[in-house]
Amino acid sequence: MQTLNLEYHATGSAAGRAHVGVVGSGDLEILFEPGTDPTASVRVRTTVDGFDVVWRRVLDAFFAHHPVAGRYELNDFGATPGIVSLRLLQVLETSRRPAGPEGSGQ
Amino acid sequence: MSDLSVSVAERPELQALWHRRSFLELDARARAFCVLDEGTGSEYCGPFDRIESPWLEPQGLVPQADDGVVVVKGLLAGEPCVVIGVEGAFQGGSIGEVSGAKATCALQLAARDARAGRPISAVLLLETGGVRLQEGTLGLNAVAEILSALLELRSMRPVIGVAAGPLGSYGGMSIVAGLCTRMVLTREGRLGFNGAQVIESEAGVAEFDSSDRALIWSVNGGAQRYATGLADALVLDDVPAVRRAVITAVAAGVPEHHRSEELGVLAARLSAGDGGQARFSLTGLGIPPAPGPGQGPLAASHPGAAQQRGAQS
Repeated sequence: MQTLNLEYHATGSAAGRAHVGVVGSGDLEILFEPGTDPTASVRVRTTVDGFDVVWRRVLDAFFAHHPVAGRYELNDFGATPGIVSLRLLQVLETSRRPAGPEGSGQ
Repeated sequence: MSDLSVSVAERPELQALWHRRSFLELDARARAFCVLDEGTGSEYCGPFDRIESPWLEPQGLVPQADDGVVVVKGLLAGEPCVVIGVEGAFQGGSIGEVSGAKATCALQLAARDARAGRPISAVLLLETGGVRLQEGTLGLNAVAEILSALLELRSMRPVIGVAAGPLGSYGGMSIVAGLCTRMVLTREGRLGFNGAQVIESEAGVAEFDSSDRALIWSVNGGAQRYATGLADALVLDDVPAVRRAVITAVAAGVPEHHRSEELGVLAARLSAGDGGQARFSLTGLGIPPAPGPGQGPLAASHPGAAQQRGAQS
């Protein structure tokens, strides 16, 4: 297991927090809470060691297009880069929705 | 093609299959909310409370923010109800110290409310392999606590178990299922104490072939469990159907004797079902014999499995 901490300059804002996904095989869970600082701070915990470069590339690409400020916690169970990108986009979509009783989009 | 559409239109069971909204494809959180009356559910101790298991990270496993158990309180057909959902995709739906404590607390608080004259029923959505082995005795203890909390509540209000998915309910959590006031299963659901792989590894492939899915479902599957009286409803994998079955099960109230107290009945069924070639034809139980292979839910006795079994005994 490996933990990565990354920070990006982010000026965009989001309406609310979001929780998507599950720590299940080939998938990941993301918890997102919007912040006021112009920073996106990301913590990745993954079961698969040694993919630092891939994680950095996936997150670089995401925050280049969607610099939304806040704290992102990724709990990963071997998701592929494609799944990670989709879950990150789902976070943005969910955080834009008015907070429903479920507070979660899966 | 036109032949197909005519036959579907004439058969209500195919219509139901066609128009269903799958319950199994939902995760634990979505299942818990959709069982309750729309818009009434609110989650307790959710992922943003971050009460995750402290025991996984030191073992190189990534924890989940809700530890795989979702607690949602709301209304069921207008009456208070708490739903405890187990997420089967996280660590096999296993119950550890934290996830077990969430379920126990929910049941204990419901029992406290019921005693104080605020009746509230409970629904357990089971999708679990049982105790989380990585947490050892803490997991065993967690399941024991769920059992005692369940026993406390079920004397006052119904506790309904639902085992809908193919993961089913196994190990210590199958004792939880056995103590539930009533059980709701789907054909895809399974219920058993030891799983097929455990039995095979302990007693050999001749005892139970864990690669034979038809055999497994013929012993542990929802249709079989319903036919042998270990479940009270067998429903289609469909959100409204599951919800209706749960509402009916709660409305039936607290029985004079719970299934787990009917030891004579259970023993008689066991001796009737455990003999000779009649394997699982349940004629001795007043239950009609299984239809031929592929003709009904008790296609349990599929020819391959029966031959194999015959050859072994």
